[in-house]
Order: sequence, then C-alpha cells, then structure tokens
Amino acid sequence: MNTRASAIFFGLIALFSASIAIAAGGGTAIQHANLNIRDTAASQRGAKLFVNYCLSCHDASYMRYNRLAEDLGLGEELVMENLMFADAKIGDTMEVAMRPQDAEIWLGKVPPNLSLAARSRGADWLYTYFLTFYQDETGGWNNLALPNASMPHVFWQLQGIQKPVYSTHEGRQVIDHLELAQPGLLTPAEYEETVRDLVTFLDYLGEPAKVKRKNVGIWVMLFLSLFALVAYALKAEYWRDVH
Amino acid sequence: MAKPASNIAKSSNALMNWVDQRLPVTAFWNATMTGYYAPKNFNFWYYMGSLALMVLVIQIFSGIFLTMHYKPSATEAFASVEYIMRDVEWGWLIRYLHSTGASFFFILVYLHMFRSFLYGSHRAPRELVWIFGMLIYLALMAEAFMGYVLPWGQMSYWGAQVIINLFGAIPSIGEPLTEWIRGDYFISDATLNRFFALHVIALPLAILGLVLMHLVALRENGSNNPDGIEIKANKDENGIPRDGIPFHPYYTIKDIFGVAMFLLVFAFVIFFWPEAGGLFLEHDNFVPANPLVTPEHIKPVWYFTPYYAILKAVPDKLMGVILMFAAVGILFFLPWLDRSPVKSIRYKGLWYKIMLALFAIAFVRLGMLGMSEGTPAQTVEMRVWTFVYFGFFVLLYFLSPGASTKPLPERVTH
Repeated sequence: MNTRASAIFFGLIALFSASIAIAAGGGTAIQHANLNIRDTAASQRGAKLFVNYCLSCHDASYMRYNRLAEDLGLGEELVMENLMFADAKIGDTMEVAMRPQDAEIWLGKVPPNLSLAARSRGADWLYTYFLTFYQDETGGWNNLALPNASMPHVFWQLQGIQKPVYSTHEGRQVIDHLELAQPGLLTPAEYEETVRDLVTFLDYLGEPAKVKRKNVGIWVMLFLSLFALVAYALKAEYWRDVH
Repeated sequence: MAKPASNIAKSSNALMNWVDQRLPVTAFWNATMTGYYAPKNFNFWYYMGSLALMVLVIQIFSGIFLTMHYKPSATEAFASVEYIMRDVEWGWLIRYLHSTGASFFFILVYLHMFRSFLYGSHRAPRELVWIFGMLIYLALMAEAFMGYVLPWGQMSYWGAQVIINLFGAIPSIGEPLTEWIRGDYFISDATLNRFFALHVIALPLAILGLVLMHLVALRENGSNNPDGIEIKANKDENGIPRDGIPFHPYYTIKDIFGVAMFLLVFAFVIFFWPEAGGLFLEHDNFVPANPLVTPEHIKPVWYFTPYYAILKAVPDKLMGVILMFAAVGILFFLPWLDRSPVKSIRYKGLWYKIMLALFAIAFVRLGMLGMSEGTPAQTVEMRVWTFVYFGFFVLLYFLSPGASTKPLPERVTH
C-alpha cells in the first residue's frame, strides 16, 4: 500500500469522525443516563411507570403488547392484567385512551407518540428532561432541557418540587441550578433510579430489536473474522507465485 | 476410483460444449476473467470498485425485501418503516443493511474516485471509464436523495424541500420546474409516490446499465495501476503483459479477502452503530414528516454536505446553485484538466501531493461545515475551502504540463 496516501486517508477519517461529537447540544448540560439495556428488571419497572404515567396522554402505537410481553419476559397474562385496558387484545398496539380532538382542547396540542422518543431525542436527553422540571415564578411547570415545555411534571409527587437558583451571567439573570424546594415521596437518588428505569424502557420502546441486534452482531463479527482469516490464507496461497 | 470422476468431467464437458455452441459462456469467461490480464501491483485502493459493486447488489436485494413491506403513501410510509423495524421478521436487519449500505456506497465511491486522483486512472485511454463512473455517481446521488425521502421523517421532508427548492433559483423556469418535480405545489403524497417509482426501478436500472458500460469500457484497455504505466507496453513472447496476472483467480481471490475485511466494518456498523451518531440515520428522521413544523437545523445527509457547504458559501442563491453544480460538473473534465506527462502521483513531484492533500482536506472540511449551523466564522471557512476546491482544478490545468516529473519505471514497482 502507498503509505503516504493511506496516512492522508486515515487522517481524514479521524478529522471527519471528530466532527460527529460536536453535533449534539441544547439548552442545558445533558446528563448521562448510563443505561443498561439488558437490565430486564429495569425495563419492567419502566414499563409499569410508562403505562401508569405516560400512556394516559401519549400513545406508543408502533409497539405491540405481545412483543412487550415476550421481550421483557412478563408473559401475556401478566401484561393483560396489569398493563392493558380491559377491552384491548394482546396483539394490539399501545394506543392512548384519550381522543386526539380532546387532547388538543385540554392540552393545547396532541402529545407526541412516544414509540421513537428515545431515537429522536436520545436516552440522555430524556433522562435530563425528567430530572430538570422546575416550578417557575408563575407557579407553572417549566423544564431546563425543553424550555417552556407544554407537559406538566407528572412525577412531581415522586420527585418533589424543584425551584431555580439564579446567578448573574454577563449582566443577565440565568438559572444556575435547581434546588429541591419541597421533597417528594422519593429521595433524589431513588428518583434518579426511577427515571433511569423509565428511560431504559423508552430506549427499548424506540428499538425493540436492539438487544437481539447486538447479540447477533457478536456472532456475525466472529464468523467474519474467521472468514477473513481463511480468505487471507487463500489469497496468500494463490499469490505465492506472483513476484 | 478415478473412473466416475472422469465420467462426470466428460459429461460436464459435453454439457459445456452444448451450451458454448449456443451461448459463448466459456469464451466470455476467458475473455473477461482468466484471459484478462490485470497489473500485479494493485494496492488497497483497488478494492473499492469490486466492493462498490457488491454493495450495489446488497442494496438491490435488501431493497426488494423492503418494498414488500413499505407503503409509498404519505399517511402510511413512516408507520410502515416502523412496522418493518418491529413486526417484520429480521426487518430491522434488512432496513439497516439498506440504510448502512447507502452510506457505505458513497464511502466506497468517494475512495474509488480518490484512487483516480492518486494514480490518474481517468487519463487517456480511459476517459470514458471515468465519464461512465461520473454518470454512475450522478445517478447514485439522485437515487440516494429519493431513497432518503421514503421513510417520510422530518429530515426526509425538509431535506427534500431544501434540495427541490434549489431548482427554483433557476430564472423564469425555476418555479414551474419545482412543481414539475414535486407533482404538487408542495412536497406531498404525489412527490413520495413518484420518488418511490424512480428509486425502486428507474434509477436502479440506469445505474445497472451505467455500471455495465463502466466495466465494458474498463475491460477494453484494462486497469491502470499505482505506477500509471501501461502494462501492455511490455509483453512476453506469447503476447501476455509481463506485469499482468490473470484476473481470475488472482484478483477474484484477493477481492474475497477485501470483501471479508469490508464486511467486518460494515457489519460492525449495522449491528452496533446503525445510526452512526446521527450521520447515517438522522435523529430528526425518527419524527414523522410534519409540513407545519420546521426542524431547528435542516441539513442533507453527510454525502451531500460538501456540495451543500459550497452552496451556503455563496451569498447569492442562484450563484450558489451554479457553483454547487459546477463542483460536481468540473469532475467530468478531470481527464483533460490533468495534462501532466505522467499519470501517477508517484512520479508527479511534491506540488501534486500538496495540492491533492489540500483538495482532500477541503472536501472533508466542506462536508463537516455543510452539517454545521453556519455561523459567520464557519461561512468564511466554507468560502476558503470552496476556493481551495476549485483552485485544485485550475492549478492542475496550468501547472501539470510544465511541472518536473520523476522518470517512469520500465516495469511496475512494488
């Protein structure tokens, strides 16, 4: 191989990949969710939170209950009894009870389908979002990750009420950090765990095949490595007489 | 013990004779594979062509299976992609093969083209190989653009909006032209439907035809090589190039190794990094297309961003569009812009190495800037690299005839 040319080539690749990291960004520092997507227990707890807190306003209509039952190891009966409306069938998708027309009147706009929230927003963003709700001066809810979010803080009883602490930055009042003004049912550490459970589930919801994809991928990579070795040996054998 | 084997050989020989009298299979095989002599000094850069051909096959096969489940309708398209990702058996794999394949197709094509810049593969007598290659590249860009619209996400919709509106900059015919492309006053179901038709049949057919012409033109004179000298100029007593080896089995076997190495990278992305950090599958495209909500930051997919940056570098829209098309168009003239007596970078001297390095950096930096928000500082940088991009071709034309070169070797080197 022409070494100088390849040095240029790989240098350019390095340059290119460095740019990917810069792309993300937003209003507040994004916190790392540190998910373990193989933690089925966390996904199960998250599914329960999702059904109890989210599904009354949001739908997840690309997701089927029986897929959920199978992937999270819950069993169809358990799902039917605990996670579904009485008249829903196990092969149904996770629809919302509220009619869109009503939602528009009650909430201003129809809450988005959450099937792909983890893919459009990212797990870390969702994690940050649930941790940075606060009550502003008007007494209404606001959020650092999504300023002027139209969603109220549905977990306020669990987390408690956070209030902003301001500091002056370049002559302007900006929110420095949030302070827990009124404790909730959970300690901050417990609440973070709860949010992590929910985000683990949302991440699963975004791509139900993710764990399987990675599991299969390991075998594919092992096979291809072996194949590459054989292919190299074959090439070396054939090319022995080329000088 | 040997008897049955020779019987089989005899009967298969008879069968082959029967076929050959009706269809020149053996003659074709000999002419294009075993009797086709390729230079023995191919390096890393010579894997890209066969790999691009393989990715084309992957795209066609994965595409066939996607069309079995995809619905080309504005109300159903997005959901049908999620149906493929969730409810179709191995649908996620088929979709990731196709989406990752699209990006890798461009990676391979860009490397394949860069090889030409390195070793002068486009120079006489291979100008038509290059022209057909460029036509493939154009068709591929149209194919990729229309394919990206099909999932009907926010970036599909708004990316298409931006790109189709570029044609609106053309004086007088611009507006009617954009309507003609869209089939509507705005991007709609009609647009999606025709893009689907073009993406799954019209453009793939064109690409296959062009690839055939690319290969026929290549076989006519044989491949160039990293030294840029003609192996046919030095033949032995049997008329076989001394530096040539039969394409089969030597390069078919070597390309299998290339395939294995490529698939390792390809599979890694498919199974462990299919979004490629938002480069191959953009985050905003997981939100269904909504004509009423403009995404904060609209940008084309990475393989178009170098040209997008050239467009954004120019304050005037029409001039920007002209310059953007010129950036692709000028590549067609590359065989005639390089007037150096030698083809390969190895014998061209330092000036060409520096120029090509700057050109490559310009292309990559423009690609990165094309994805960016476009701050004033970035706009200045875009202009600088746009200047470098075009400067390469201008300087090449004027410097190449007179610049001193190193002596060419008689035989290919290792």
